[in-house]
Amino acid sequence: MELFTQLLTAAVASGTPLLFVTLGGIFIEKAGIIQLGAEGLMLMGAVTAAGVYLATSSLPVTLLAVLLVGGLLGLLHAFLTVTLRANQIVSGLALTLFGGGLSAYLGKAITGIPLSGAVPKFDFGVLGQVDLFTLSSLALVVVLQIAFFHTSFGLHLKAVGDNPATADVMGIRVQGMRYFAVIAGSMLMGLGGANLLMVFSPTWIEGMTTGRGWIAIALVIFARWNPLGALAACWFFGFLDTLGFRLQLAGSTVPPYFLKMLPYLLTIAVLILVGWRTQHRMSRAPQALGIPYIREQRF
Amino acid sequence: MNKYRLELDPSGRESPWWVTIVALLLAFSLVAVFILATGKNAATVYAKMLTGAFGTEFGLTETLVKAIPLMLCGLGVSLAYRIQVWNIGAEGQFVAGAMAATAITVYLPGLPAWSALPLMVLAGIASGALWGLFTALPKVLFGVNELIISLMLNYVALQALDFVVYGPWRDPAGKNFPGTPAFTAAESLPVWGNSRLHMGLLLALVAVVAAWVFVQKTRWGYELRLLGANSEAARHAGVNIKSYAVLVMLLSGGLAGLGGMAEVSGVAHRLLYGISPGYGYTAIIVAWIARLNPFGIVVSSVLFGGLIVGGYSVQTLGLPSSISNLLQGAVLFFLIAGSILGKVRVRRREAA
Amino acid sequence: MDGLPAVEFHNLVKQFGTVLASDHVNLSLAKGEIHALLGENGAGKSTVMCMLSGVYRPTSGEIRMNGTAVKIHSPKDAAKLGIGMVFQNFRLVQTLTAAENVVLGDSSPFWRTRRWMERKTKEIEALALRVGLPFAAGRPVAKLSVGEQQRVEIVKCLYRGNSVLILDEPTSVLTPAEADQLFTTLRKLKSEGKTIILTTHKLKEVMAVADRISVMRKGQMLATLDRAQTSEREIARLMVGQDRSPPKTRVPREPGEPLLIMDKVTVVSDRGRHALDEVSLTLNAGEIVGIAGVAGNGQKELAEVLAGLHVWKSGTITFREFRWKGPSVRGSIKQGIAHVPEDRMISGLAGGLGSVDNLLVKSYHSDERANLGFLRTALNRLWSQGLVEQFDVRTAHLDAPVKQMSGGNQQKLLFAREIHQRPHLLIAVHPSQGLDVGATDAVHNLLLGLRAEGRSVLLISEDLDELLLLADRIVVLFAGRVMGEMTHERADREQLGMMMAGVT
Repeated sequence: MELFTQLLTAAVASGTPLLFVTLGGIFIEKAGIIQLGAEGLMLMGAVTAAGVYLATSSLPVTLLAVLLVGGLLGLLHAFLTVTLRANQIVSGLALTLFGGGLSAYLGKAITGIPLSGAVPKFDFGVLGQVDLFTLSSLALVVVLQIAFFHTSFGLHLKAVGDNPATADVMGIRVQGMRYFAVIAGSMLMGLGGANLLMVFSPTWIEGMTTGRGWIAIALVIFARWNPLGALAACWFFGFLDTLGFRLQLAGSTVPPYFLKMLPYLLTIAVLILVGWRTQHRMSRAPQALGIPYIREQRF
Repeated sequence: MNKYRLELDPSGRESPWWVTIVALLLAFSLVAVFILATGKNAATVYAKMLTGAFGTEFGLTETLVKAIPLMLCGLGVSLAYRIQVWNIGAEGQFVAGAMAATAITVYLPGLPAWSALPLMVLAGIASGALWGLFTALPKVLFGVNELIISLMLNYVALQALDFVVYGPWRDPAGKNFPGTPAFTAAESLPVWGNSRLHMGLLLALVAVVAAWVFVQKTRWGYELRLLGANSEAARHAGVNIKSYAVLVMLLSGGLAGLGGMAEVSGVAHRLLYGISPGYGYTAIIVAWIARLNPFGIVVSSVLFGGLIVGGYSVQTLGLPSSISNLLQGAVLFFLIAGSILGKVRVRRREAA
Repeated sequence: MDGLPAVEFHNLVKQFGTVLASDHVNLSLAKGEIHALLGENGAGKSTVMCMLSGVYRPTSGEIRMNGTAVKIHSPKDAAKLGIGMVFQNFRLVQTLTAAENVVLGDSSPFWRTRRWMERKTKEIEALALRVGLPFAAGRPVAKLSVGEQQRVEIVKCLYRGNSVLILDEPTSVLTPAEADQLFTTLRKLKSEGKTIILTTHKLKEVMAVADRISVMRKGQMLATLDRAQTSEREIARLMVGQDRSPPKTRVPREPGEPLLIMDKVTVVSDRGRHALDEVSLTLNAGEIVGIAGVAGNGQKELAEVLAGLHVWKSGTITFREFRWKGPSVRGSIKQGIAHVPEDRMISGLAGGLGSVDNLLVKSYHSDERANLGFLRTALNRLWSQGLVEQFDVRTAHLDAPVKQMSGGNQQKLLFAREIHQRPHLLIAVHPSQGLDVGATDAVHNLLLGLRAEGRSVLLISEDLDELLLLADRIVVLFAGRVMGEMTHERADREQLGMMMAGVT
């Protein structure tokens, strides 16, 4: 039992950063936009969190800064993809490259300096100590689940992502909703990076996300664009992430590299599975995903 | 009510060439802001980068050395992008090629140059192509998006690299240095004079010409261009999209794999950890900035090779080498914006 | 029918560049009326309806509702005025349920519990039932049949309290039984005082359900008639117009050997219906056979089947004494079938490529154009230059992207490519659509030229004048069936018009 709680705690600790990013990705994709800049956003969120916290030692200010940075980068992506209708894939890649480079650049000065005690923990008795990020992620799952499926906002969002032409005709503001989704979702992705740094491995190192942002993008598909699904998927992947480490500790003879491959291989397997099963049915993906919306000319 | 409105020119004429120049200038200006923020003089920094990359003979050859893998990987991804197959896996395909070439030295040691090198070239291409195939198959069989698959495969390849470099192929005499034993002279590509510039450049240039000939002069290149220009018209002509998705992934992967082989055999003379500092990702920008044109890719790969070398050379000024990544990302952003804004026209709004 | 007219058009004009789509249209619609707007494709019905529903803005003229002038600048404006339109391509989000689609756009209430949605769903189902258009409102739209989806669209309008309903070719997606049900509903709605406008080309239905009928042709409103005081014949005559100036030189020919024999061919369309229903057709060498009919009655599928792009469910196709086993694009090309598709920039030409590349599309794998896989570049350029001159294609230079050419020149290029193959059969679909007189003449001459050489043309066109001019025989397709056939000598405009509208 002891081992189980340990594993669960570790899985949650590792999975929660993923969860923020995945939820952000779900939000953005539901509006019909692809955000491939997740990795860059995570890194920028992490380096911002590290830098600002080391400078101010104030959690609220740090979180605000992280949200601001994520929001600005999201605004850039939104402008390029929604207003200019640029290729969303290339724009997202640019964001990742830029975020990667910028974070490495800014983080040079603070590399290796540990943060400690930044994030308050709450005692939940038998469940142990739960930190602020984990709590907020759970609250976020609930809020988004309700928002997406039980409000008019959620219905409109779905329409925007599935059939923007119809949504437009029905009076929904397509551009406005897309901007909102991209900015909010990007903020969440930045928050995921901050989470990774402040809770999971509290020292900034260049490129510390090692592809988690990309895995989160795949998890959006695995979660069927559903916040509750994201919760399950991310905690599962968090579990896998720590499994390798645990197995090694337990004296396994499998080289650690193969265990490290697991999350990526599993992502591929999952995507193939989902692809194979939806081949003959309508995909759950937002139907207009990745396609820029051009309003029919009104002469 | 505005009299005028902005409208994208529906004829979509290619944005003029000077847009690329403006994008580059803007990117450099933006990064200059970041440089100034850390208290350095942007002009000095850029000057040092320029001289470091192109000012000395050493710098120039180094730039070309860096350009080789960029050229090969860039060429590869450009073929895929022509038909909107988003191959982000050049990094993994590159590593796969490097590993296969190294495998020849490990399992068939002591071969003379005339057999070792061709074998290594073949191994590099084949294994890169195979890695590319792993991306193509899920796409055509299950409709899975190639973007994420190719990306995940990058990480898998990197882990495999770590495995062999720290494990079975590790140089026992290498102390704590994670790498294979050095290649013999027969297993290394010949170099130019005293520099590190190796025959890989020749291979890359041959590949560029071959790619151009393939695309412009053969019937398969024609089908590729038709598919990229209008897939519906291509369908009416009997062209099969799926076979081409597979073909471009094989070609893409093969070229990147060749790049990997050239890097281990011509530059590093061993397989080591971090054999690729992100060539596969930079190659995407190299291809994009050249508008997928093979000869343009030669130019842009030299440019970005210079960027990388310049980035190393400013480390003495106290700046991290990642400044070149920063520039790469900024350039791509401005290029994207530029290519769209270059098509904007101002139209008079019709009276209501 | 007393009081002010519900809707009036006063001298409504709509100009797109140089094209006059609506030419001083006048119309008056009363409350509690079912009004049918008839005309062929391109007659201008859709444009007028789009102006009423806010998709287009009139260039000049006035729209009045209940006597007051109104400005309708967007679908929202139209909705506020109580105007609802049901398009041919439904404005429905396939992944949402029918009920969700109906309430889409309502911002209130913000919080919607499951119970609220269930209540709404029941409400909508009740409404649908009441007007005689039942459907399962809790089902995702994708799972509803096409007929049911149309009902959702109509109920959407009713839910919003629309008093004016515009239905664009509503029965094109319905079975006869569903169409009858629709008419019953429309009569019911009429009795509740709603104004209903139907755009259609089907005479039988018009006579069954309309109170008054307006006929449009080439953007003009020709006449408005009371159903009780007119006949099918009169309407058909108005639709297709009078004979124009005498046709060009067309030498009568004896048809040659049978080239193509289609025997009871049935084709299933994407929507699962019979796009072609046991169609039998024979084409002889040196003949131009015209396929008349309003678009959407199976012409597209006919062209695609013969081009090797579409599979057929039953029946046989024999071409030059060789019975086909299945669709094959390459096979069709090899057997000498050329195809000028309807939308040249989507299926025929690659806009971003130049003339040479576009000319190569059907012949790049032949020995003349390529040698061991390598294109004979210099030779191909010379060949392209020759073709471009021969067919009088005006382009800046051989490598200029084809999308920069005018429509007429694009079409000539397309013809150059297809005719050059020396085809036994050329399938030309709406070949002169969107072309000016000069380009149209050029196309007609090309077709007659093929005929003179002993080759055959399957001319699919909505333009009766074109068919009467060129075709040796005219076959009329309606709802996927052959309605009738006429030779050039015996061709009767009125008769053809009636067949095109579904009347035997």
